[in-house]
Amino acid sequence: MTEMKVRVLVAKPGLDGHDRGAKVIARALRDAGMEVIYTGLRQTPEMIVETALQEDVNVIGLSILSGAHMALVPRVMELLHENNMSDVIVLVGGIIPDEDIPQLKESGVYAVLGPGSRTEDIVNLINKAVGASV
Amino acid sequence: MSLAADVLQGNRRALARLLTAVENHSPDAVEALTKLYPHTGQAHLVGVTGSPGTGKSSLVSQITLALRKSGKTVGIVAVDPTSPFSGGAILGDRIRMRDLSGDPGIFIRSMATRGSLGGLARATANVIRVLDAAGFDIILIETVGAGQSEVDIAGHAHTVLVVEAPGMGDDIQAIKAGILEIADVLVVNKSDDQRAQNTIRALRAMIELSSSRQEQTWINHHGQLTAVLASPDAPSEHNGTHWEVPIQATNSLSGEGIAELIEILDRHRAYMQDNGGLAHRRHMQVVAEVDALLSETLLAHLLDRVDRSRLATLIERAVARELVPQAIVELLIGDFL
Repeated sequence: MTEMKVRVLVAKPGLDGHDRGAKVIARALRDAGMEVIYTGLRQTPEMIVETALQEDVNVIGLSILSGAHMALVPRVMELLHENNMSDVIVLVGGIIPDEDIPQLKESGVYAVLGPGSRTEDIVNLINKAVGASV
Repeated sequence: MSLAADVLQGNRRALARLLTAVENHSPDAVEALTKLYPHTGQAHLVGVTGSPGTGKSSLVSQITLALRKSGKTVGIVAVDPTSPFSGGAILGDRIRMRDLSGDPGIFIRSMATRGSLGGLARATANVIRVLDAAGFDIILIETVGAGQSEVDIAGHAHTVLVVEAPGMGDDIQAIKAGILEIADVLVVNKSDDQRAQNTIRALRAMIELSSSRQEQTWINHHGQLTAVLASPDAPSEHNGTHWEVPIQATNSLSGEGIAELIEILDRHRAYMQDNGGLAHRRHMQVVAEVDALLSETLLAHLLDRVDRSRLATLIERAVARELVPQAIVELLIGDFL
């Protein structure tokens, strides 16, 4: 009897110390029956990808409010690619200017979810994306 | 190449994948576990348990850093609770282990209990086994924040550390049954807290209370875990010497006491090896595991054979107070016997 659980890494790359959003998301995903690996603040892209590999997550949620997303996110995508982990679904949340979204998606980000995104929508999005990838 | 072969080659991605398969009880896992089983039994399995907030994760992090300095590789299994309401979990032990990142000699895996109540998950034994086969020298198993009776770890580890923090209770807490009985080593963490000396005193008094019956207690507690299963010819864990449970003060922030703690771990491992305790524990662990699997499988088979519609009718009668619940069970069991 196989019993699959969706595993999600919620990570805060870079130097901003505001993790309330990340915690709200972590809590909502837990309440939706997912296993959420929460690593805390100030993670490097290397740390995030290493954790994602060891924990074999289906999804990585990156929360960035520092404005450094155009440096951090592509690096995460690059490392995932190097580690043969391009099947991991990457979501980005936080403060991301609209004009940066196309480029982030170009680099392989599945969706960008800014302020005002509803947690139910995020849960549904993840379930749909993971359902499609397995 | 198979997942098992990749794991033996040291492929970390394959290792992570296999651990997921094991956690999900998928058929791939059974095949891989069968191949890996002959490669297990090498690692020193160290359990770390204790109440929430005593500093288990930070301590695991410090122990790991120290072990890495001496060249040993370390696998870590960190268990956190699954919500009984949603089935989800927040696995946050890695927050305290950030200093361990970037080292290929370390592999950390977080696990949710997925409904299991003894402080570990049902799949933990097999997760440990995979890490063992992958060649880690020491595997640290951090249980959920365990209160008083989450003692499953004693059935999986060679050495059990019970972590206490100052100010968590008086000496009566210390002589209650349960978690303290499984300790091979007692750790008083947060030793910079001024109440640490009181905690150490209370624990020492507890150990002294039991020391006149130490040998008996020691055999007893394993007897307790596996009492119904122990066969009379099982090798005795006891050969005349006994292990005096040491109390080690540690500070996970400054690293104080960690070197001493590692020395104690080595000493316990050697002690277990020398007096046959290790062989005995391994024997009893296999006995307990087979028994649990057997019960689980038989139970599932038997439950399948219960006549559901008859059960529903009987339940209605019990609800109407015509039958005691126990009578239903007897009626249904009659069908099998």
